Amino acid sequence: MDRIPDSAKRKRVYAREEVCVGCRLCEVYCIAAHSSYKNDLIKAFKRSYIRPVPRIVVEERKPISFGLQCRHCEEPECVKGCITGAMQQDPETGIVTNDEARCIGCWTCILACPYGVIMRDYREKKVAAKCDFCIENGGEPACVKNCPNEALYIGDVRESCDDAEGGPDK
Amino acid sequence: MSINYLTPEFVIERDRDRCIDCQVCVRQCANLAHSFDEEDQKVVSDDSKCVNCHRCVVLCPTRALTIKRNPLEFKENANWTPKAIREIYKQAETGGILLTGMGNDMPYPIYWDHILLNASQVTNPSIDPLREPMELKTFLGRKPEMLRVEDGKLAEKLPPQLELEMPVMFSAMSFGSISLNACESMARAASEVGIMYNTGEGGLHRNLRKYGKNTIVQVASGRFGVDPDYLQAGAAIEIKIGQGAKPGIGGHLPGEKVGEEVSATRMIPIGSDAISPAPHHDIYSIEDLRQLIYSLKEATNYEKPVSVKIAAVHNVAAICSGIARAGADIIAIDGYRGGTGAAPTRIRDNVGIPVELALAAVDSRLREEGIRNQVSLVCAGSIRNSADIIKAVALGADAVYIASAALIAMGCHMCQKCYTGKCNWGIATQDPNLTKRLNPEIASRRLANLLHAWAHEMKEMLGGMGINAIESLRGNRLMLRGVGLSDRELKILGIKAAGE
Repeated sequence: MDRIPDSAKRKRVYAREEVCVGCRLCEVYCIAAHSSYKNDLIKAFKRSYIRPVPRIVVEERKPISFGLQCRHCEEPECVKGCITGAMQQDPETGIVTNDEARCIGCWTCILACPYGVIMRDYREKKVAAKCDFCIENGGEPACVKNCPNEALYIGDVRESCDDAEGGPDK
Repeated sequence: MSINYLTPEFVIERDRDRCIDCQVCVRQCANLAHSFDEEDQKVVSDDSKCVNCHRCVVLCPTRALTIKRNPLEFKENANWTPKAIREIYKQAETGGILLTGMGNDMPYPIYWDHILLNASQVTNPSIDPLREPMELKTFLGRKPEMLRVEDGKLAEKLPPQLELEMPVMFSAMSFGSISLNACESMARAASEVGIMYNTGEGGLHRNLRKYGKNTIVQVASGRFGVDPDYLQAGAAIEIKIGQGAKPGIGGHLPGEKVGEEVSATRMIPIGSDAISPAPHHDIYSIEDLRQLIYSLKEATNYEKPVSVKIAAVHNVAAICSGIARAGADIIAIDGYRGGTGAAPTRIRDNVGIPVELALAAVDSRLREEGIRNQVSLVCAGSIRNSADIIKAVALGADAVYIASAALIAMGCHMCQKCYTGKCNWGIATQDPNLTKRLNPEIASRRLANLLHAWAHEMKEMLGGMGINAIESLRGNRLMLRGVGLSDRELKILGIKAAGE
């Protein structure tokens, strides 16, 4: 190998459907992680007048369930579609984040997203909310950290996160 | 419908200051004890449905839940205990026999807790297992009367032996009684640690064939899943005559649990009840048992040791003498505290004898008859920790079987509701919504951790006694002393009283 492809450095959250118990603790911890009380679930839920929306959603048709959040695509449609440049991709990590200061809540990204993982957030001003890989919390996603059955894990991007396989085998 | 006299056994306490109404408890309770009240927008609980399995308590992200025994009292009565009264209410309501799961929970004496170990002081050196090699390796199987050595090598082939890295195995639990994930977790842990797990009478699922080297395949009275491939697939074969939790009773896997995979593995139609008869109908005597033992040996080319598992009952020593003479290589004795996926409560709580006494009696009897070398003894039925194992080995066991301890390591909380098929921990269930709760990767890791921890502790205890190999402890009852036991009990256990 002459050169390590960029994707080798990139990390993504992957789900293991076969052991997801559908408890939705990932959603609970995601809400707290994006509230003003990052490490206090009780305050995050009881003090926040309007809670943040979870940026991971457990898709469920029993017994199948799995947590789904932004795939941080190699060529993100949301970034292409964003009319203000609020939605941006980090060239190094490939992580796609929405700059809420620049977001005007036009929902173009929501229309463009093929996975349906961008949420509408009406808490203060109307903005799009999505998984930010918990960069502000040190890049250790709260959903992965708190999954009780290791049904979410961080893996290297093998090729494209768009590939049908959905990620590397663990 | 008339009123049900049964009041809730437990109360669910929800700390409203901590509960965030996230509904994790609602989603996790297979007994539907929690629900979300849409009108009030809050989670509420129904105490009467709670079995105290702690699933919600452990998963609650804010630790808002506690389960307590219902403080509701009956008029005090030493004879008519709440348990006795409740059982009558239940039977008067249903007209059925009482069912239960896991092992005997009655306050009978636990002999392990009346036996103490020796340690070296001054007159003989203890050994530090962190500095010196310590051997736990165990071989199970018939040992020859004598060894002939020619040119520094054994002149005759040894009978087939099971090689274990430590004197512990996972005892029989069938796919059907427990989930495939639970079976796989044990298979993986057994192959990682170098011990055996046992299929129980559930056949061997195709996905688990690869763990064959660490598998004991069981042949029981229903003969489920038995074919030539099955017999060849494992490292040893076990004939199950009886089980400690329900001596004299067969098994019944209800048809609801016989889905596609269980059906294919047991080789019975989907949805049919899997009924294991109480006796093997081709074994009514020691001679009949000998026929089956030798049929199985013949079928596997005399390459695999054959074990016979029995429940510890009154005449256990004589029975084991017969089993040894019938040609068994290993005898597993399952005491009355052994677990089960389902048993009639009256049988579980009232039939059988303590395995400590049974083991000592069998070992003494086989020694007296000069046939102890012909079989290995495996002690089963509620081995709770490494000290129990050391005591069992000193009483005469070659190895022990653990099952309840293994299930607890995987998440079992001993709620004793295995028979309902609603195990919230994904162990004793076939419901696909529940079985996926047991991640074999996590569970096998936990099992391996437990075994590694116990191995360390066993080495410490051996070292303290100045012994550097488990072989030297086997049947070494001088390393044991009894406390709080009668002369008769000490005599049966073959140990001295503390202070002697």
